[in-house]
Amino acid sequence: MRCFPFVIAITWALLAVLGPFVLALEPDAIDLKKILFTPDMSSWLGYDDLGRPIWDRLVMGAQTSFIVAMWVTIISVLLGTFIGSVSAYFGGWLDLLVVRIIDVFLAVPGILLAIAFAGIMGPGIENVVIALSVVGWVGYARLSRAQILALKHREHVQAAVSLGTGPFTIIRRHLLPLISAPLIVEATFGIAGVVIAEAGLSFLGLGVQPPEASWGSMIRDGTAYMLIAPHMVIAPGIAMMLAVLSVNLLGDKLRDKFDVRLKQQ
Amino acid sequence: MLNYILSRFFSALIVIFGVSCLVFLLIHMVPGDPVELMLGESARPADREALRVALGLDQPVMTQLLHYLTNLVQFDLGESIHQRQPITQLLAERIPATVQLALVSLVVAILIAIPLGAIAAVKRGSHWDQLAMGFSLFGISIPNFWMGPLLILVFSLWLGWFPVSGKEGLSSIVLPALTLGTAMASILARMVRSTLLEVLGEDYIRTARAKGLSEVQVVWRHGLRNAMLPVITLIGLQLGTLLGGAVITETVFSWPGVGQLTIEAIKKRDYPVVQACVLLISLSYVVVNVFTDIVYAAIDPRIRLGDGE
Repeated sequence: MRCFPFVIAITWALLAVLGPFVLALEPDAIDLKKILFTPDMSSWLGYDDLGRPIWDRLVMGAQTSFIVAMWVTIISVLLGTFIGSVSAYFGGWLDLLVVRIIDVFLAVPGILLAIAFAGIMGPGIENVVIALSVVGWVGYARLSRAQILALKHREHVQAAVSLGTGPFTIIRRHLLPLISAPLIVEATFGIAGVVIAEAGLSFLGLGVQPPEASWGSMIRDGTAYMLIAPHMVIAPGIAMMLAVLSVNLLGDKLRDKFDVRLKQQ
Repeated sequence: MLNYILSRFFSALIVIFGVSCLVFLLIHMVPGDPVELMLGESARPADREALRVALGLDQPVMTQLLHYLTNLVQFDLGESIHQRQPITQLLAERIPATVQLALVSLVVAILIAIPLGAIAAVKRGSHWDQLAMGFSLFGISIPNFWMGPLLILVFSLWLGWFPVSGKEGLSSIVLPALTLGTAMASILARMVRSTLLEVLGEDYIRTARAKGLSEVQVVWRHGLRNAMLPVITLIGLQLGTLLGGAVITETVFSWPGVGQLTIEAIKKRDYPVVQACVLLISLSYVVVNVFTDIVYAAIDPRIRLGDGE
């Protein structure tokens, strides 16, 4: 039970990265005789409304969500940390401006802004990544800003300043390593959020386009056939829930491991 | 207190201004020509030009922004391209449904979260605690666009208790509110647990126990009451998640609210309506938060005086 999150998360990653190459998948193969077939020996998760094997599509969906989650998290962390730490370190009008911008972004519900962006830019995996990154950087900016503000008056930073080290070197070498732990924890929870958001956009038809598979679009396709083929909705939902749950549990573990404040209590 | 209210209003105004600009910029994010996207390739050049002029897209960006903000102050949100109706009228038709859904979901969330969080805190470390927190983790990990269809499958299709979708009669709100409410309850329950744990460690709780109050009275009258203050603020902050979630939940259940209007407008590329919906939802979130802050400050003087420390 204790290694459950690791096992699930690693399975998700392996399926996403290697699955399409190692397993002989036919996610787009249409078999008209098997439309809406419930799970059987030939395809253990059954077939969808076009007669495509659900397991194969599930693996492709794992790939979609993994790719989007990784890209969005990497872009958001880099962008957010850069903006937050530079703003906190230099302070002044720059910081005031950044704080206002963060406030504005926080005032718009994240998923709503992502929906609007994705809707306006048009569907496609790149636009999903852009839309979710536009929303995603804010949390990391706020976190790194708060952390750097608390750290920038430390002695070792003063020492670096008096040695003539440039501000960007100080941020990179003397401050960022100190705030990496909370950022990693936040990013782990962020991955779970992105998986849900990507599936949500695809559910609304704003994510990847057919015949590409996404857990969200699989759920949407399934809702029309729920009474006769509930497996179409249940299978992708469970896959997504397992991925999100495992990443959230990993985040909990990391937080317990890293967070000094929790340890002291 | 007056100073606090004024400063809170002032910063809210700046945020509202920023949100308006952000929403204004949305239409300029369209790859290519928004008019062509809205009308389709087959539209006549004259129609295109007319729409371009109607949307003000023929003018410089700064003029457009100024025009947009001036209209906004006068509650003029423009006209829907597809329905040829003032957007304010479209919104007015949809707002009651969303408010209803949000309020009922909020009640559902509170009814689930407070007992759950309280049991978890009082029985800390026990199986009850694990069960409650397990439920909460599941709730966070199950997105509403999956939860909704599952509830429809079980309670509408199999058991036939509630309608599948739409808004007719009281029973039609149960499933959407449950979908939206559980998601929020999962987050709230964790907050109730942690704040209550903090409060239960206070001296006055020991005093209450020492004077012989029953455990229920200690938790209810002295514990939960004091733990409620931060929870109320957090409910205000969670409202953003609730309203964002409403967009998807309304689509799942064909609930005729602002969220569904947003998605319909996106599908029809009716960008002015999309802008207005995003603006409305964000503004209501900002207003509710200012209101919660002020109420909170009125109840707890440490908030309005604490800034100087």
